[in-house]
Formats: sequence, C-alpha cells, structure tokens
Amino acid sequence: MTLFGFFKRRATAPVARERLQILLAHERVALGTRDLIAILRDELIATIARHIDFDPEKLSVKMDRAGSFSTLEIDVEIPCDKVDTRRFPSTEASPAQHFWPK
Amino acid sequence: MSKVIVVTSGKGGVGKTTSTASIGAALAQTGKRVCIVDFDVGLRNLDLVMGAERRVVYDFINVAHGDAKLTQALIRDKRVSTLYLLAASQTRDKDALTDEGVERVIRDLRQSFDWVICDSPAGIERGALLAMRFADQAIVVSNPEISSVRDSDRIIGLLDSRTRRAEHGELMEKHLLLTRFDPGRSNRGEMLSVADVLDILSIPLLGVIPESEEILRASNLGEPVTMSSASPAARSYREAARRLAGETLAMVIPDERKTLLTRLFGRRAA
Repeated sequence: MTLFGFFKRRATAPVARERLQILLAHERVALGTRDLIAILRDELIATIARHIDFDPEKLSVKMDRAGSFSTLEIDVEIPCDKVDTRRFPSTEASPAQHFWPK
Repeated sequence: MSKVIVVTSGKGGVGKTTSTASIGAALAQTGKRVCIVDFDVGLRNLDLVMGAERRVVYDFINVAHGDAKLTQALIRDKRVSTLYLLAASQTRDKDALTDEGVERVIRDLRQSFDWVICDSPAGIERGALLAMRFADQAIVVSNPEISSVRDSDRIIGLLDSRTRRAEHGELMEKHLLLTRFDPGRSNRGEMLSVADVLDILSIPLLGVIPESEEILRASNLGEPVTMSSASPAARSYREAARRLAGETLAMVIPDERKTLLTRLFGRRAA
C-alpha cells in the first residue's frame, strides 16, 4: 500500500495556490472597497457640512461592480430650509466668470 | 541615515522574532549600529531569543512613559558590540503604549542607530499597528502555507493604509521573507513554491530561509543563528540582511544547488 500510495499521492500545492488566489481576489475587493467607501463617506460629510447644515445619517455611499466598470452612487438628503440660497445665487455666478475675457 | 524596519506577518509563529534577531545580528556584524525593538507587550520573547532575558531592567514602556532614559533601557549584546536590544514590558497591559510615546522613542532611536528593527506582535490589533506605524520599510515574514500567505496579504493592505508613510502618500517599501521553506517538498508539489507565493503577494523577495534544525538550536541557546552557525538557514539570513542593506545578490533557492543525481537519489536528504 505504501508504494502504491506514494505513486497515487497528488501534488497539493496547486490546490493551495488556486484556493488562495480565489480567496484573496474576493478579500482584496471586499476590504479595499469597504475602506474606500468609509474614506469617501467621511470626506463627503466633511465637505458638505462646511456649506450645508445636514444630517450625516442621510448620506449614503454605494459602490457596485458590474463586469468591466464600477459605479459610485452618492445620495444626500438635505432639508430645503437648510440651503442658504444667497451663497448659490445662480449658476451664472460661477467662479469662472472672474476669468472671462472682457 | 537611519532606517526603521518593521518585521511583521499577521499570523503568529511564522518566525518574526527569529528573523528580527537573525537579521539584526547579521547587520550589526557588518559594524552598523543596530537596535532591535520588541513590540510584543505582555508576551515578549526577543530577549529570550537573544539570550538577554536576565539583563532586562527597564523596558520600552518605561522609556515611553519617561520613567527611564533610553540609555538605561538599551541592552548591549555581549557578543556583537554594535547590537542593542530594547525589550517589551512583560507586566504592563498592551494599551500602555501610545502613538506619541512610540513616536518619541523611535525618533530618539533614529538619532543613535543606523538600523532600528521592530519585532511586531502577531495579529492586526493595536500592538501590530503601532509596530508598523513609524517604519520606513517592512519585512513581511510568511511561511509557504495558505493561512500564513492570506494573513500576509492582509498585513500588506494595512502597511499601505495605516502607516505614517502611507497616510502622507509616500511609498511604504515592503520585502517578503519566506521562512520554513522545504525545497524538497516544494519540488514534489507538496508545498507552495517561492514563485507561487511571490505571484500571490506581489512584493519583492528579500530571502528564502530553508527549514532548519539550527533555528531551534539557536533559540535554545539564546544566540541568533547568524552569530554562530554556517548552516544554510544562517547563510540565507546573512544574504537577506545584505539585500536589505542595498546589495544585489543572486537569489539561490536552497535546493537549486543540488545536482540532478542528488535529486534522483537523495530524496530522503532533501
């Protein structure tokens, strides 16, 4: 049996390699995306809060992966009365106007 | 210029402490001033592997808290005069170290040493994060075994996100040290090959340390393997230390030295 068993013994390293490759491909995406979303969320909250008084709980960040591209979905709910319209009079008053040739 | 290296792995028992002691001793033997630092608060072992367990008076936490001067806590090796050890505390709890305390001690060590080598605790908790936080480069120790490689992958992710260098957008240089490698088993397809691990982790290779009885012998004696032994493991550690110092050396995977004849007939010796 030992001699027979020796010849029958299959190499297990390729199995280990394949299992690792599949596992790590998943873990890298899962951990990497979670970290990215957390960072984006924190920075978005900080940026929006500088201009608008809003509830950070009402901000959602989602990332989806579908085939060859990813989509990033940011959804922010802002109460109407919290937006100071004086700071955003109209789209014409964009900073680019300052540099517009006379 | 002083370099701070963290020796880390995620998984325990893969050879972080042995590697810290062996590479530290090898670097010090070239005349460079080296300090090896134990970050494993509560479970210190670097002192034991270095044979200095009875000489610890003050430790890292005493220095970080200002209860002792750095010069009082540093233990000078009796065999290699440029090698020093800063022991971890065995009695304090692991939360006794703070970011600021560690940063200050590392900054002071940079003043007087060419190399500061930090032996990280296992895991991905606070202690492991503190050990890597202020490092310039990392040695990721891994065994050719799936759970170790998986944990190394996780640690690489943390090195790229949770260190001071990463936060400043700078490059965190990482080196793979593959330990407990058995060339015979790898050749027979029973163990991941060096190429497999490199392919999966995608970081440059610092060295391959063959499985060796000399490692246990060295640890029994409290003497880093690079200090006394001429074994293949000691040679591999010395070569890894030279690569770390910037030398370009051909990578000899232990079994490649063998001829076809020994491969055919020397199965038991492999």
